[in-house]
Amino acid sequence: MSTTTPTRPSTEAEAPASQGSGDGRMLRLGAVGGDWLDRRVSGAGLLRFMGRKIFPDHWSFMFGEVALYSFVVLLISGTYLTMFFVPSMDEVVYNGIYAPLQGAHVSKAYESTLHISFEVKGGLLFRQMHHWSCLVFMVAIFVHMFRVFFTGAFRKPRELNWLVGFALMVLGMVAGFTGYSLPDDVLSGNGLRVVDGLMKGIPIVGTYISMLLFGGEFPGHDIIPRFFTIHILLVPAAILGLIAIHMVMLVLHKHTQYPGPGRTERNVVGFPVFPVYAAKAGGFFFLVFGIITLISATTAINAIWIYGPYDPSPVSAGSQPDWYMLWTDGGLRLIPGWEFTIFGYTVSLNILLPIVVYGGLLVFLALYPFIEQWVTGDDREHHLLDLPYNAPVRTGIGVAWLSEYLILAMAATNDLIALKLRLSINDLTWTFRIAFFLAPIIVFYVTKRLCIAMQRQKRDLALHGEETSKVVRMEDGQMLEIHEPLNEFDRWVLVQHDDYRPLKAGKGVSSLRAAATSFFFKDRVAPVAPSELREALEHAGHERHRIDELTGGDYTTPDARRH
Amino acid sequence: MSEHVNENPESPRSSGTVSTVAPKEGGGFPNPGLPPHVHRQADENPRAEKRAERMVAGLFLLSVLGTVVFIASYFVFTPMGTNLLGEPGTLHAVRWSNLFTGVGLAVAVFFIGAAAVHWAKTLMPDEEWVEERHHIEGSDETREVAAGIITDGLDESGIARRPVIVTAMIAALTALPIAVLAPLSTFGPLPGSKLHHTFWKKGLRITRDTDGTPIKASEVAMNSIFHVMPEGLTEDLEDYLEERAKAATVLIRIDPELGQNQDSLDNGYQGILAFSKICTHVGCPVALYEQQTHHMLCPCHQSTFDVTDGAKVIFGPAHRPLPQLPIEVDAEGYLVAGGDFPEPIGPSFWDLHKDK
Ligand code: HEM
Ligand code: FES
Repeated sequence: MSTTTPTRPSTEAEAPASQGSGDGRMLRLGAVGGDWLDRRVSGAGLLRFMGRKIFPDHWSFMFGEVALYSFVVLLISGTYLTMFFVPSMDEVVYNGIYAPLQGAHVSKAYESTLHISFEVKGGLLFRQMHHWSCLVFMVAIFVHMFRVFFTGAFRKPRELNWLVGFALMVLGMVAGFTGYSLPDDVLSGNGLRVVDGLMKGIPIVGTYISMLLFGGEFPGHDIIPRFFTIHILLVPAAILGLIAIHMVMLVLHKHTQYPGPGRTERNVVGFPVFPVYAAKAGGFFFLVFGIITLISATTAINAIWIYGPYDPSPVSAGSQPDWYMLWTDGGLRLIPGWEFTIFGYTVSLNILLPIVVYGGLLVFLALYPFIEQWVTGDDREHHLLDLPYNAPVRTGIGVAWLSEYLILAMAATNDLIALKLRLSINDLTWTFRIAFFLAPIIVFYVTKRLCIAMQRQKRDLALHGEETSKVVRMEDGQMLEIHEPLNEFDRWVLVQHDDYRPLKAGKGVSSLRAAATSFFFKDRVAPVAPSELREALEHAGHERHRIDELTGGDYTTPDARRH
Repeated sequence: MSEHVNENPESPRSSGTVSTVAPKEGGGFPNPGLPPHVHRQADENPRAEKRAERMVAGLFLLSVLGTVVFIASYFVFTPMGTNLLGEPGTLHAVRWSNLFTGVGLAVAVFFIGAAAVHWAKTLMPDEEWVEERHHIEGSDETREVAAGIITDGLDESGIARRPVIVTAMIAALTALPIAVLAPLSTFGPLPGSKLHHTFWKKGLRITRDTDGTPIKASEVAMNSIFHVMPEGLTEDLEDYLEERAKAATVLIRIDPELGQNQDSLDNGYQGILAFSKICTHVGCPVALYEQQTHHMLCPCHQSTFDVTDGAKVIFGPAHRPLPQLPIEVDAEGYLVAGGDFPEPIGPSFWDLHKDK
């Protein structure tokens, strides 16, 4: 592994080692402690390697951190909950302090959740923190994933880390689903019942899987203890392990950076881990923790005493899962009642097709880096990020994927939307069904066009500079606007990116790949070439000369001059 | 020179696929290098520096205040006791306790973060450093040694020379995972005929779900809906919830004139029809009944069933009609089941139509 020490900015004067005596004591203490550790675990080597590692700074790099920190909050609050939660479906008669439910037959899981909420000091706060941090965790993972997508940070050498991140997203959903199934209230029970129905729809083995999972017929007595083990042991352990791999790879690859003057494919420009990054990132953990706590102190979530204990018979109108699971419900609502019988056996397309669609969306996302690499054939390492508008087709695909996700999620709330907007559910469902097929195509096209328009505009800016809105009319009647050329630092960001071209089939290029490269790059806007800039500057120079001759270098308006 | 090279580190061992990357004219533009650094106030003005220092210290102290509030309110506001408005009722007390401990904790943690970030932003160096990157892949020498370890190791193991061992090893490694099926099978019983039957039997009285009382045909008013369970399905049963999950039924009376399905009317009693309440899509309880249209709507994915037409699906993802429970009237005039549902209730499954 590399041992080169990064270069500190040259302009900085060496600071004196210590100023006051207090300062000196602090430094000495650090030295003694460091020496002790070094002699036992070679702390010095680790510190030399990590201590001054450089991390680039950008607001969009924050989302991964939010995910990490909210996971820590999940661990802390979840551990507190395990001290009081009873993962059992045995029935008891509720006689706690919540009057409306006294005398009701409930499971121990439900009873203990009420106990945590009403009788354990700080219990409600920790429950709400656990649930809120879960929502924040999933939002952060999602936004982080799409930051990586839209900036092309998944390109070589980071494809594997993309897959690790993808697995974390899926595990997050599993964690969330198993978590909100634990309190055994009406909502969580209905969620489980839908899972039972989905499993039964799987051909041949469906009913067996359902019986194995529930330990018999739904709901049985086993599902909550089983989910408990999955929720507090298996999934968190897997998440922790994957986070560790994610971080090790991050250090190995070093973070990507946005293009900018002085930033190249072969360097990292940013702040050293110690002290600046440690203070910022460590501080940021407390900020995230504090904000989640504040939300939990003021905003109720999952008030299971209102839903009531689970019973298979009562209805709850409008049952929606947590937001990150919504999309998995949307397809179930949009699919028509397709089911057929073959040799007397039943095949439930109304269950299988949505599952195939969900799987397809996820698999496409997971494999996207490999698909794009196959198209571009680009074998180089990429450490400078793409600005999303410089990759119009990728950006279009990403936004189209999001639109599909959003349509599914909205379809899962069609009853609420219908109620709010006073629409018929049937019309709304039909609208979503059509949108499911049309929206991604339209969204893709519009996004791509917008990116290309931005590329053109940036290209003009690089060539001709900033418009000053000062217009001069020449003697021949021609109107010329005075442009202020960009300085080379600002211009650099607009001209540094790579150019990709479609390939022709033949000579080692299959016709499929040729078509794919054409889909990706046929409408490309070529980046400014040095010769073009030279020409543009020359032209601007001539124009400027003519204007100067006419105005004598005085650009104030004739009106202003008269005063 | 190396500082201003902007090209991607081309892998020395390129895969040889034709690439779409276009070469840059004249190698592209030269990278202008880092722009000149602009100093912050606190770097140049000792007063601004002092101010920033006081600010950071102040933020840390706010956190201490938050901790004090947290600890104090943890003991002052017991969930069952203190509530500032003096209102009765547990929920209010819980809310106060939650609010004060929560805000205290939030302040305690948030301001540690605010202080640290402010410290880093105003007082720690804000000039960017530059670190060189290196190829991820090992040097030629390293790769050669690594490849050597693999070939030598494989050779020493003799794997290529001993096909018998290899075959046996593959057999062992394939057989073992199958063993997983054995413990897995104890996770639950086989379905058997369980999914094909419910608690309903011929002659069982139909009782109200709420209080278990039987229902006389004369009590069922036109267009009313009853949520019902079989008599004898009580809380002391071993598999009470499992049976409820299958037996849940609704009773609806329609004007027989409106009926479009003679079979369905024949299975009812003077327009009183009983349908399974478990949706044939994925199993939510279906029981939003629209009296004007005689439709039943499932709240989960909006499957809509027409009660006048044998609970046929008229919209949504469900396919099968809700199974109908045949009903009769006993000697005392109470409604009873004429038998079990004719086919499995709830979500469809593979061998649904096989008799068991
Ligand atoms: C991996 C990330 C995790 C996620 C996304 C997650 C999510 C959830 C959710 C949404 C709930 C329902 C809470 C509610 O009642 O509103 C829940 C409950 C619970 N979680 Fe987690 N959790 C995670 C990790 C953990 C960990 C690490 C533990 C313990 C070590 C834990 C312990 C519990 C317990 C005991 C409950 C049930 C108590 C209750 O519902 O009040 N969780 N979880
Ligand atoms: S469960 Fe009734 S429509 Fe899906």
